[in-house]
Amino acid sequence: MKYGVVVFPGSNCDSDCYHAVTDQLHEEAVYIWHEEASLPNGLDVIVLPGGFSYGDYLRCGAISKFSKIMQEVIKFANNGGYVIGICNGFQILTECGLLPGALLMNTSQKFICKSLELEVVNNQTSFTKTFTPGEIITVPIAHGEGRYHIDENGLKELMANDQIAFKYVNNPNGSIADIAGIFNKKKNVLGMMPHPERCLFRNRKSLNILDIK
Amino acid sequence: MEITPEIVKEHGLSMQEYERINEILGRKPNINELGMYSVLWSEHCSYKNSKLVLKKFPTKSEYVLLGPGENSGVIDLGDDVGLSFKIESHNHPSAIEPYQGAATGIGGIIRDIFAMGARPIAALDSLRFGDITKDSNSRHLFEYVVKGIGNYGNCVGVPTVAGEVCFEDAYSDNCLVNAMCVGVVQSGDKEIDSLYGRMIKGVAKGEGNHVLYVGSSTGRDGIHGATFASVELTEESTENKSSVQVGDPFQEKLLIEACLELLKTDCVVGMGDMGAAGITSSLSEMASRGNHGIEIDVALVPQRETGMTPYEILLSESQERMVVIVEKGKEEKAFNIIKKWDLHGVIIGKVTKDGMFRILEKGKVVAEVPARSLADDAPVYERKGKVPDYLLKTREFKNTDVADVTEANSNIILKKLVAAPNIASKRWVYEQYDHMVQTNTFVNPGEADAAVIYIKGTDKRIAVKTDGNGRYCYLNPLVGGKIAVAEAARNVACTGAKPLAMTNCLNFGNPEKQDSFFQLDMSVEGMAEACRKLSTPVISGNVSLYNESESRRVYPTPVVGIVGLFDKDVEPMTISFKNDSDLVYLVGQNKDEIGGSEYLKVAHDLITGDCPGMDLDYEVAMQSKILKAIKLKLVNSVHDVSDGGIAVAMLECMKGNNLGADVNFKSNGLRNDSILFGETQSRYVVTVSGNNKDAFEGIFEKDCELVGKTQKNDSLSIKIDGKTFIDIDGKEYKDIYDNSISKVMTIE
Repeated sequence: MKYGVVVFPGSNCDSDCYHAVTDQLHEEAVYIWHEEASLPNGLDVIVLPGGFSYGDYLRCGAISKFSKIMQEVIKFANNGGYVIGICNGFQILTECGLLPGALLMNTSQKFICKSLELEVVNNQTSFTKTFTPGEIITVPIAHGEGRYHIDENGLKELMANDQIAFKYVNNPNGSIADIAGIFNKKKNVLGMMPHPERCLFRNRKSLNILDIK
Repeated sequence: MEITPEIVKEHGLSMQEYERINEILGRKPNINELGMYSVLWSEHCSYKNSKLVLKKFPTKSEYVLLGPGENSGVIDLGDDVGLSFKIESHNHPSAIEPYQGAATGIGGIIRDIFAMGARPIAALDSLRFGDITKDSNSRHLFEYVVKGIGNYGNCVGVPTVAGEVCFEDAYSDNCLVNAMCVGVVQSGDKEIDSLYGRMIKGVAKGEGNHVLYVGSSTGRDGIHGATFASVELTEESTENKSSVQVGDPFQEKLLIEACLELLKTDCVVGMGDMGAAGITSSLSEMASRGNHGIEIDVALVPQRETGMTPYEILLSESQERMVVIVEKGKEEKAFNIIKKWDLHGVIIGKVTKDGMFRILEKGKVVAEVPARSLADDAPVYERKGKVPDYLLKTREFKNTDVADVTEANSNIILKKLVAAPNIASKRWVYEQYDHMVQTNTFVNPGEADAAVIYIKGTDKRIAVKTDGNGRYCYLNPLVGGKIAVAEAARNVACTGAKPLAMTNCLNFGNPEKQDSFFQLDMSVEGMAEACRKLSTPVISGNVSLYNESESRRVYPTPVVGIVGLFDKDVEPMTISFKNDSDLVYLVGQNKDEIGGSEYLKVAHDLITGDCPGMDLDYEVAMQSKILKAIKLKLVNSVHDVSDGGIAVAMLECMKGNNLGADVNFKSNGLRNDSILFGETQSRYVVTVSGNNKDAFEGIFEKDCELVGKTQKNDSLSIKIDGKTFIDIDGKEYKDIYDNSISKVMTIE
């Protein structure tokens, strides 16, 4: 598998994702600069990493969606390519419309960084098939604006289409329906606030989320 | 403008200093020049009151590549891997505007590190505030300082991995905000990994080379920040908000990447951060180090406000600005990289041969002084110390002045201690910091006595910790200084890493007052002796004096940051009990020492007595034995005994795996409170598997006492001579420990 890690100005988990893929999963990875007009050849997976792209000015992910590379990422996803957006990457995916809903300020109004438990809701996807349904995995979060929100109809649709990937066991940020991560309808795009690429020294099983096979 | 004695005074310069400027120039300075001398000759930049004291510190060892004097020091970890680290204060700005004051403190120290070519891989913060349980202003400062550090560090992508926070009335008017940053740099020819830059110094040399300004434009913020940091805070200072800068971590993140990328090319001669005292200090220091001069035109400096005078441009402390000396003819390479990162870059001048720092405005000279005179010729004062009056009183304290604890009240006192913000978990703080980004953080905060960081692209791992007990230094500056160094080193050793070098930030009162100078002088004396004994030379640091208001002076608070390196075959050690029925040992000797302890403050409302003693030879011996036991895999957990004594240390070991302990100490005629809550130094709580008993005891001999066993039951029982003093449910006490600070912070 060949991974592309998009680098926006202000991305700060780009090298973490790159190293998780190359050092831990032993797969090929390349960085993709946000101003590129096309994607490298032969990509299987695109990772939109965490960080503060464009300083989170205006709104998290709001400026990134206008960067050149995002048009290519959208095309790639629409053609069935795998895309995973982590933290800021999830925010960008909702801003650009690949995933529904939005991410708002945590109810505590504070940035929260800690490891916590997630329930795997849908294990019938390329991202989650190494887990059992309802399996509890541990993944760290690190965000100030991670409260997932979607309107009532949207939530019904997410549930009807099995689009909920992970739920928090103890909701840290006020997310609706405890949602920590969601898929698109076709299940080739995953957005999640927790950081699987950080599971190097413990909870290594959670790294499997990045291991798409 | 006529320079009057009033104007000289407003610039924080004495008339003697003014005379000296006249002598250097052979004429009267104009207002621009006066402004330049006033900031460079402030204590913050020149160390004029502390220089002679700082000479006491050892600064060399086989590991030191670059000692004090540069943007930051560098040590050698082997295989061309250099480690740069430094701690700096941002006390005064944080007292006035806590959010921006703290944020820009982080920004400044990170720039000092990547100015060396190092990628910042970890940040630490040492914070001191007034009593948050009773002072709403202290809660406000604490809340926003933490938020400021978090928002800046989180965005810039440097994990905040460790630190400490203390609360004492002495810090009510002057909070202390010290920030440390650690970075990795390629110190030799071999590329370690594309992540890291090559080592570069803050020098300007080579006639005709360009002075390239990179980063944010210059505004009126922070003018005279360095001078401001060198005077006492008064009522007026809180109105002095223009001296506080505003931070932009996004800009800083771009600067890090651009500067490290610049170092991959051959165009860079030197690099520096425009921090305290802005353009004036960075350029004059770089010229002075390079034995060259610099000529710039202020009209070329990017400005965010209109109508700025040369004076304002020269002294502005606007954040996120770097200066790069670029080799003539290679500027295109530099501009390509700067453009890639959407940064602003302008050539504002050139390196000259004449040693002068010459400032033009649209071609017309508006200031011209010898660069060296600004950077290196500040006056040096030999201050005199005198024993402070309060010491006569505090030294009269005898342990027998207070009632000892009993079997009836020990549980209650322990409950009060674990709820005390000085002892309670700092979870409320570190959960607001991204302590994991860069994925090098091996243990989470609170799990080990120091942060353990892996260095990506290498097989190296380091441990790092800050410490500094102001109360000890208040009660005994000499011994308190020794303890500050010993404790930081001990915490590093507890993880299994060998302490290599240190940085320090000296937070003291007005050095012109004799009792205050005594505290500084004696503390440094003690620290320096500890540095020599522990082989941890000083490679960088910062001095923050004048931390006093009209009514109050901070405790003399040296903050020490120590870095250690793991041998390749050492597994990092954590504090938590690992197995049921492991043997519990106390390493070190109990003594009758309760002076200056948290126990004395919490249980008896007293801050008095002498601080615990410090036998440095014994400290060194215990640290090296601990390192040996960890290396030989003889121990399952190690935790040093510090604030709150043995009882608190045991409870902290019970976190993590929810295992308890049942222990008994021999009193040997000591007081019960000394054994349970005393803060005698050089002690550790260690657990050992039964089959390692003999090997372990073989190392420590008479310096360890087998006191009991761990237990599956999550409860703690501490007996003295068979009588039960502590008998508690672990969960209840750990909940108090974990949640005490967040509870305090909800007080309206």
